[in-house]
Amino acid sequence: MVSGLQFENSCEVGVFSKLSNAYCLVAIGGSENFYSTFESELADHIPVVKTSIGGTRIIGRLCAGNKKGLLLPHTTTDQELQHLRNSLPDEVVVQRIEERLSALGNCIACNDYVALTHTDLDRETEEMIADVLGVEVFRQTIAGNILVGSYCSFSNKGGLVHPHTSVEDLDELSTLLQVPLVAGTVNRGSEVIAAGITVNDWTAFCGSDTTATELSVIENVFKLREAQPSAIVDEMRKSLIDTVV
Amino acid sequence: MGEEAGFMFMVNRTIGSVLCCRCGIRMAPNAANMCVKCLSSEVDITQGLQKRVSINHCPMCDLYLKVPGIWVKAPLESRELLQFCVKRLKNMNKVRLVGAEFIWTEPHSKRIKLRLTVQKEVLNGAVLEQSYVVEFVQEEHMCRSCSRIQANPDQWVATVQLRQRVPHKRTLFCLEQLILRHGAANSVIEIRQKDGGMDFLFANRSHALKFMEFVGKVAPIKRDHKENVERVSHDTKNNSSTNKYVFPVEISPICREDLIYLPPSVALRLGNLGPLVICTKVTNNIALLDPRTLRKCVLNTNQSWSSLLEPLLSSRRLVKYVILDVEKVRSEDHSSGSRYALAGARVVRVSDSEKTTFSTRTHLGHLLNPGDHALGYDLYGANINNIELDKYKGRGLQEVILIKKCYEEKRQTKREKAEKDEMNSEY
Repeated sequence: MVSGLQFENSCEVGVFSKLSNAYCLVAIGGSENFYSTFESELADHIPVVKTSIGGTRIIGRLCAGNKKGLLLPHTTTDQELQHLRNSLPDEVVVQRIEERLSALGNCIACNDYVALTHTDLDRETEEMIADVLGVEVFRQTIAGNILVGSYCSFSNKGGLVHPHTSVEDLDELSTLLQVPLVAGTVNRGSEVIAAGITVNDWTAFCGSDTTATELSVIENVFKLREAQPSAIVDEMRKSLIDTVV
Repeated sequence: MGEEAGFMFMVNRTIGSVLCCRCGIRMAPNAANMCVKCLSSEVDITQGLQKRVSINHCPMCDLYLKVPGIWVKAPLESRELLQFCVKRLKNMNKVRLVGAEFIWTEPHSKRIKLRLTVQKEVLNGAVLEQSYVVEFVQEEHMCRSCSRIQANPDQWVATVQLRQRVPHKRTLFCLEQLILRHGAANSVIEIRQKDGGMDFLFANRSHALKFMEFVGKVAPIKRDHKENVERVSHDTKNNSSTNKYVFPVEISPICREDLIYLPPSVALRLGNLGPLVICTKVTNNIALLDPRTLRKCVLNTNQSWSSLLEPLLSSRRLVKYVILDVEKVRSEDHSSGSRYALAGARVVRVSDSEKTTFSTRTHLGHLLNPGDHALGYDLYGANINNIELDKYKGRGLQEVILIKKCYEEKRQTKREKAEKDEMNSEY
């Protein structure tokens, strides 16, 4: 299910929100519309948390995470860290990392199994990512851009990349990520994919400027039409119960 | 998959295709990520540019007004007109002009159409190219000079009065051809024919001066005349006035083949040239030849005394002679390009019944043979009123001066021969 929304008249929803299979983070906005859209969609299945990071609202671009964990930049205050630890389920490991490149959302793109990172990321950070998020880490570029977190967005089902990506690059990335990838645009021809869309396995949110063509592409590649949230969440719960018992 | 390029391992990059974000057709990705049709329908780069402009045109002299007050000549469908039209468009600094061409319109429709191709950057870096049509409406408006001429066709500011006191018009005809060839009279308002010469009327004093300089370079003119200035109006407050200027120009009466008598003072200046000389060439200087000594001299018309010279006898007074005898005195003289040979000749006037023979010195020794006809001046029978010349009479002054050989006889005999042949062939 895809819906188009706006955060304070800006169509860049990926900047002000972070969506994963286990939680959703939303920025504190002037009007409650943004938050209520997420809430109505997701509240039955996953917690929707309102937060800020380092006092800013651009939380989507500052943090990176999947269902296993959440990484925060060093600019996060202690209160925010505590708030997030309290609000998120215990299975999600919340970790603050010291990294020169503090916009983690722009530098890291990940799903539950694989992560693509900025080529200049520190060794320790890479290990931290592998540890906390439980993923395999690959340093890559997308269409010549090093900010992989901005120019691609992928879930466990599929992914969308920068439109200028060549066919060979697409094949290579697809092999690495083990998901089908498509080069496309969002928000009426904008190339910054991750800023315009935020996605998990059963739902996606994109800016209201997104055209019908783009929406259909997104629906197809992320396989959102057949997706049932309950099925996925139940699957997760089952595996959790297994381990406890 | 990869290819070597020097030392680097370069991977082949095939650009994939994306869907146009609006219409969904497959296209190569561009900066706007929209297919060209969607982009051009969304953005119109010709917005704010003029589509209809009016330009001023003078119907009399076919000039276009380029503000302020400058008129340019631009024939239809020419490069100058294209340049002029494009310059008249405003707001062209916002777009980049890539091409311009004319679209055909009827010649008298007073419309000029141009197709312009412009480029502009839109959205995020995509450059869009679009062509559109601009229509120029031609408004008729007489230029200043044309309206002046219409108001008063006789209006002139300066005039050059060309005169020559000779009974024939040879110099004037020659001058006319020269003027036409060099285009010296392009700025003339009017040319009036007057008794003894022509008047050239100009709208500008400098044009008249330029014309006068030109005439001075090609014809021998007397330079002692001053220009006349007539005041038409006077502005006391600004201390300026509108004037009419008159330049009288007198052309020297000496022509080719004229016989000139040099007074002793002049002869002395020219190196004691014989009193009688023939004029061989007239440009802005006069070339003289003494037939008795084959000496040549060029007379500079800048000298004040040169204006005093007048021809003694001109070519109307030439008389036909028959050559009886020719004796070459000296071999041919090839100096300065013209061939002359000094010879003594005995001649008889053709029209003379008494057949008085005259012996004379002539410069045509290389041409004449006994039995030839020649044209020359008859000083023996001429009635010349010159006091100085009378002093010379009987003291070695030639009675005949031959000027040129006459070829009519030969031509006539040839014609007669041809006629005879025709008559013979009939039978």
